[in-house]
Amino acid sequence: MNYNLSDEQRMLQDSLRRMLADGDDSAWSQLAEQGVFSALFGEEHGGLGGSGFDLAVVFEELGRAGSVDPVIESSLLCGRIIAELASEKHAALIERVVAGDVQLAFAHSEATSRYDLNRVEMHVSNHQLNGRKSVVINADAAEFLLVSARSGGEVDERSGIALYLVPADSAGITRFSYDLTGGGQAADLIFENVQLSEHELLSTNALTAIEQANAAAIVAQCAETLGAMETATSMTCEYLRTRTQFGRPLAMFQALAHRVSDMLIELEQARSAVILAAGHLDADTKTRDLHLSAAKNLLGRIGKQIAEESIQMHGGIGMTDEYRLGHFAKKIVMADHRYGDVDFHLERFISLSAAGNPL
Amino acid sequence: MELNYSTSDIAFRDEVRAFLNESLDESLAEKVALDLPLSKAEYENWHALLHAKGWLATNWPKQFGGAEWGVVQRHIFEEECAMANAPRIVPFGLAMLGPVLHKFGSAEQQAYWLPRILNGDDWWCQGYSEPGAGSDLASLKTQAVRDGDHYVVNGQKTWTTLGQFANMIFCLVRTDNDAKAQEGISFLLIDMDDPGIEVRPIVLIDGSVEVNEIWFSDVRVPVENLVGEENKGWTYAKYLLTHERTNIAGVGFARAGLAAAKRLARNEFSAGKPLLENALFAARVAEIEIDLMAMATTNLRIVSSAAQGQAPGIESSMLKVKGTIIRQAINDLTRRAAGRSAMPFASEVLEHSQLPSDPLRAGRVSSEYFNNRKLSIYGGSNEIQRQIIAKDALGGGR
Repeated sequence: MNYNLSDEQRMLQDSLRRMLADGDDSAWSQLAEQGVFSALFGEEHGGLGGSGFDLAVVFEELGRAGSVDPVIESSLLCGRIIAELASEKHAALIERVVAGDVQLAFAHSEATSRYDLNRVEMHVSNHQLNGRKSVVINADAAEFLLVSARSGGEVDERSGIALYLVPADSAGITRFSYDLTGGGQAADLIFENVQLSEHELLSTNALTAIEQANAAAIVAQCAETLGAMETATSMTCEYLRTRTQFGRPLAMFQALAHRVSDMLIELEQARSAVILAAGHLDADTKTRDLHLSAAKNLLGRIGKQIAEESIQMHGGIGMTDEYRLGHFAKKIVMADHRYGDVDFHLERFISLSAAGNPL
Repeated sequence: MELNYSTSDIAFRDEVRAFLNESLDESLAEKVALDLPLSKAEYENWHALLHAKGWLATNWPKQFGGAEWGVVQRHIFEEECAMANAPRIVPFGLAMLGPVLHKFGSAEQQAYWLPRILNGDDWWCQGYSEPGAGSDLASLKTQAVRDGDHYVVNGQKTWTTLGQFANMIFCLVRTDNDAKAQEGISFLLIDMDDPGIEVRPIVLIDGSVEVNEIWFSDVRVPVENLVGEENKGWTYAKYLLTHERTNIAGVGFARAGLAAAKRLARNEFSAGKPLLENALFAARVAEIEIDLMAMATTNLRIVSSAAQGQAPGIESSMLKVKGTIIRQAINDLTRRAAGRSAMPFASEVLEHSQLPSDPLRAGRVSSEYFNNRKLSIYGGSNEIQRQIIAKDALGGGR
């Protein structure tokens, strides 16, 4: 048994933490310099990491710093899908992904798909895309969109989901852009007779690859939320130590002190859940998904508690845009809306554990 | 025991419903339902409409131009307005300052200020909290020093709701630095147009601007704007804060919110079926509904005993705590019901979207969730309310 990080992971953690603490913002190129992007991929794709724990280290630090860079969505999720599905002709693009030299967006979810990855209505016929994609994260900055569409099958069938790599400025794509609560940017996209060429096709049957990359994204999202919760908790401790009411620091009020204790206890629960998830990222599909759902459910529950308690114990100041706590609280809560929420993963956990998976 | 309203109460409720149905503009109600910021004119128009109907100052005695309704009638009215998504009646003049002036104001103050509140000439805001005086309000530091026929005021107030629309502010100020904290405070009426006043908006985490900092620098306030006696302001402030608040539980807001959550969950799909038919989600809705049914009855029990002349004590604190917990749970549920669509940051919505559905409109559920974290912070935080309840039960003992 050994719960320690490797030397390389610890070095990455240290240098990343220092860089994020120093910098005004986590500029994309600086992240690349620190080796963030190559840590997301295994050697087979030209990276230097790629394990669940590599992801956990990177994203916990980004979360602690409150980063709003779309690293999970653009580099990890899209990058891994491309790396898995792409053929020789995309070798140069994969290189750019691993170098952090390209921005991507995953145009997959639709108005009625909610968190289900298998539910795709958008269809392709006569080499043309028609339909609408909802809340496509990083759409404005993306050079390429990864667009899913049905080449066949029913709306929720596992097979028949094709994936295309489409230049974001292709004719026929109307983009409606907006900011996201907690930072970042997204868009709803309408596709009208968007003409596809043969070399844009990544796969005619992409769901398994999508699910694999999505699993990595869940580990990353949980780790990022853990990092953000660490910061929110330490900000709350600091505030209770310094804010005085009724002639003494708030820290002296037992009712508040005990709630901080609960936050600290839950934070360790969350850390363990992230470790469990990271450690099972490369396990068989059922074991992997059982642990990922456990983590995402628990992080969602603890996240709500820590975000709400942090704001409450700060009082009005925690509600202001100017004070950084609110930013972290929003990131923590809104993480529940990515890659499946508390209930989605609770249901998946129930069905997986009912299927007889040993813990 | 009789669990239901009397026949005349029900007739009154129907009258209120008919009025709201007829007078409340649909698009305005939709704005309120989405918790979007209203313009000053929208508030003022609603105020004028109720005034014309004679349904504005429902808690004021007739001698001051009020409707002097009983507590049951007021409860019905407030609940119906909330459920219909009517704009809220800005409380600072009507519900807060009015009763203080009725009881402690001079005849001149009553004659001058009260009609101006009713006809909308003045928009009042509240100058209580300070950066260092939140829950511990009595530690406030804003100074008023007597200089001839004036007080000279220096200091800073904060969390002043809708202060950007106000032309008048009632303030707690320190007039005696040597007295015990509560005993050196006075209650002043200050004109926001006076030289030396600066209003600085505070942007909240949902992007809304509804609270402000108010800065006072050598502001000269005529002594006739002192309410009651100097250094007795704490008594008036407490009267204002404990003044019977029948709507503190927000049952009407909770009902409107729960109905909206269900509507959303009927149109949101999970595994191809309406989310409301998902057993897990339905259970979460049901639990809140059960809580709300009980709280509504707790509220009616308190309203009923108030109608029989018993002044509510810790019951107000209980309703505040439980009411805000339920409303925040509804906001949480609604946000989650929206799924991925809750992500767009929406400090406003598109009036005319070319899209079949406006992503920003969907994102309002998150804005409202974050904005309503204030419910358990303002108006005496839930920690303060719990302390009041515990002190009542346990005394000062440790």
